Amino acid sequence: MDTLDIARWQFGITTVYHFLMVPLTIGLGLLVAVMHTMWVRTDKPEWLRMTRFWGRIFLINFALGVATGLVQEFQFGLAWSEYSKFVGDVFGSLLAMEALLAFFLESTFLGLWIFGWGRIPKKLHLASLWAAVIGSTVSAYFIIAANSWMQHPVGVVTDDATGRPLQVDFWAVLTNNTAIAAYTHTIVASLMVAGTLLVGIGLWHLRKRVLAGRPTTDVDHAVWRRSVRLGGFVTLAAFLLVALTGDYQGKLMYAQQPLKMSSAEALCETEAPASFSIFAFSKLGSNECDDVRSFTIPYVLSFLAHGDFSTAVPGVNELQAQYAETYGATYPDDPSFGAKAGEPIDYTPLLAVTYWGFRLMIIMGAVSAAVSAYALWSTRKGRVPTSRIGVYGTLAAVAAPFVANASGWIFTEMGRQPFVVYPNPDVPVADQVYFFTAQGVSPGITAGEVWTSLIALALVYGALAVVELGLITRFVRRGVTTGDTTPTPGIGGGPSTTDPTPDVEPEHVDDDVLQFAH
Amino acid sequence: MDLQTVWFVAVAVLWTGFLLLEGFDFGVAALIPVLGRRTADRHLMLRTVGPLWDGNEVWLVTAVGATFGAFPIWYGSWLPALYLPFVGVLVGLIVRAVGFEWRHSSHDERWDRTWTRIITGGSLVACLGLGAALGATTLGLPIGADGVRVGGAFSGLHWPALLGAVAVLAFALVHGALFLALKTDGPLRLRARAFALRWSPVAALPLLLWAGLVQLRQGTTLTGFLWVVAALAVVLTWSQAKLDREGRAFAGWALTLVASMATVFGAAYPVVLPSTIDAAFDLTVSSASVSDYTLTLMSWVAAVGLPVVIGYQAWTYWVFRTRLTAGPQQEDAAAGTGSGAGTGS
Repeated sequence: MDTLDIARWQFGITTVYHFLMVPLTIGLGLLVAVMHTMWVRTDKPEWLRMTRFWGRIFLINFALGVATGLVQEFQFGLAWSEYSKFVGDVFGSLLAMEALLAFFLESTFLGLWIFGWGRIPKKLHLASLWAAVIGSTVSAYFIIAANSWMQHPVGVVTDDATGRPLQVDFWAVLTNNTAIAAYTHTIVASLMVAGTLLVGIGLWHLRKRVLAGRPTTDVDHAVWRRSVRLGGFVTLAAFLLVALTGDYQGKLMYAQQPLKMSSAEALCETEAPASFSIFAFSKLGSNECDDVRSFTIPYVLSFLAHGDFSTAVPGVNELQAQYAETYGATYPDDPSFGAKAGEPIDYTPLLAVTYWGFRLMIIMGAVSAAVSAYALWSTRKGRVPTSRIGVYGTLAAVAAPFVANASGWIFTEMGRQPFVVYPNPDVPVADQVYFFTAQGVSPGITAGEVWTSLIALALVYGALAVVELGLITRFVRRGVTTGDTTPTPGIGGGPSTTDPTPDVEPEHVDDDVLQFAH
Repeated sequence: MDLQTVWFVAVAVLWTGFLLLEGFDFGVAALIPVLGRRTADRHLMLRTVGPLWDGNEVWLVTAVGATFGAFPIWYGSWLPALYLPFVGVLVGLIVRAVGFEWRHSSHDERWDRTWTRIITGGSLVACLGLGAALGATTLGLPIGADGVRVGGAFSGLHWPALLGAVAVLAFALVHGALFLALKTDGPLRLRARAFALRWSPVAALPLLLWAGLVQLRQGTTLTGFLWVVAALAVVLTWSQAKLDREGRAFAGWALTLVASMATVFGAAYPVVLPSTIDAAFDLTVSSASVSDYTLTLMSWVAAVGLPVVIGYQAWTYWVFRTRLTAGPQQEDAAAGTGSGAGTGS
């Protein structure tokens, strides 16, 4: 592999890994803020325990999200310096604003929330969590606006002197329809991640308690029951919105990046009306569209793309020829294209990745909605499911929305290849701003350097994933502790005042007021 | 002042703010093997920075983001020229960040000690690496006409980078000690004060040397004056530490850093990345910056956002202002609502 390929793997691995934490941070942050609000408003003990328990899971995950997010801020410059220089007028300022307007809010007020239990007024304490959660949500907008500008560059003209885009309309960058579609889709998908987590873990605890003969009338029962109900409704509502925003996003993609969507369907030839592919087989991996055979449903793709049952959907072969004619059949024979200089350009993204990435996203999203529906049904009118398959299946399905999120992003990022900044079809070709991925990599660094960083980061990330999963598993098993029954600093301190029989016996007294910061 | 100069100042302020704030949590973490003799002391030390380090680190993220946002050519030349050192910084920052948060997750002593060591090690690496990067970008990197590094992976790590690394670490160690003297009580406070008193004159030398070298190369009268202020601030720090006035000593040491960095960045201006190969290859504020449109936009955002950020961050420092002590747990339960009161035994 050359520097370009290693750098791409590095970006892909670090970014997908980071994005395992991000949706949980956004989604669970919002839900914990809702729980905390309910506690402040109703003073019911189960809401406090839910805030403490789910807040702990949120914080373990948040730590790794912040730590791996640091890499993102640096790696555009480290491995993708030519990309950074090219897009600097738009992209860099969005990152700077994200840090200034969102990250400070998030980190400062989260610190206040963690250490503020029992130390600052109740409402101020709640407000600091909301401030942190709003910080996370706002940060997502900036980074998605930056990403969407790469997918659909708006608000820029080409600088004749440098050939780089010059920002002329920030408002257009901020209100890019691609960004609005991607942002809403991402936020509701994050709620599905958090909702399914509540459902899976809540159901598991409910079943365990019932099998152990514990009462179904005490506060801890209410903790898990409310978790399941809240998570279930949130997941189902979010699934509906995910479908709606995803449909809107799909239609935009057909207009803005037709090759991405036709590749996602393995649609080789232009069809009117076009069929939706259910399953593709044969040589999808060869990236020659004509080698692919698939089972299809007629008319559906036309509907997904255009909202009717007759309009033609262009196929991969036709689009590939169009792009080759417009943007060149080969890369310019210029050193800035590295090993790719003079090589033919494949405008078709990897078919196997786009096709299955798209489908995996939808299937896994549907799985989490299905288990949430099951959980709501099986806990109706105070019931507790004891089915081993049902409960453990739901617990396993906690992973589904994570996979859905990751495969959605892999699909959309791989689907934009070979461009890193995709030409905007609304702009006349002569004025379009676009940039090939092959041009973006830092010219001065060696393959050895990128290998070193890729291996180092992969080892650290792997080790931290093991620790994070171990920690989350441990705290999930432990459930609610005595410390969670009072709003005091630390989870182990202070006697229980609201419920004399919490699930877990008091542990030995914690040595540290930072205990809650786990 | 044109917008590029305004943003050069803004970037310099962000990097200086980062060193000033994260400097003490780097220092506290690095001092754990030196001052944290007992487990209780080590916990106490970590507790002083617990609520603050994450907010401090955002200064780094913002400094890097602003460097990218305002001067992408600087960002895109500086970072890859020091590729592996920056990767080291990232690994250090990652393990230290999770260390701060995950250390409490088990009562196992080995778990605690391991994470504490990781926090110390990660902080040391990150502190040295970022010091090296700042030294290199103000004293020189071997970059060619296209801003691309000439030479192998470590060609950027010559003496300017090493001087920056030593200067920032030495600053952070004393800064951390003075912070501990200010934030704790009991034997740790005394040991931290003694450390600062003994080492502050020595620790200031690499910082003053770095600032002095940039000053000698291309400084102005104003930056020369700032250098003198930095040198005098060292005397102030030492004399106040001698009088056991921790607050003033801390302020004096902060002034040492601010005046030194003002000298460094002020004297380096308008060069943002000097080439050690040929001065004609230097990157300057005008050759590295984005358009005036984007700079204007960012100026409005920063003019509104930065004062608000400084306001609420200062307020959280106020909320967590109380001195911490190592004591029995029962005290904490009794103290209950006392701001920042806690235990660490």
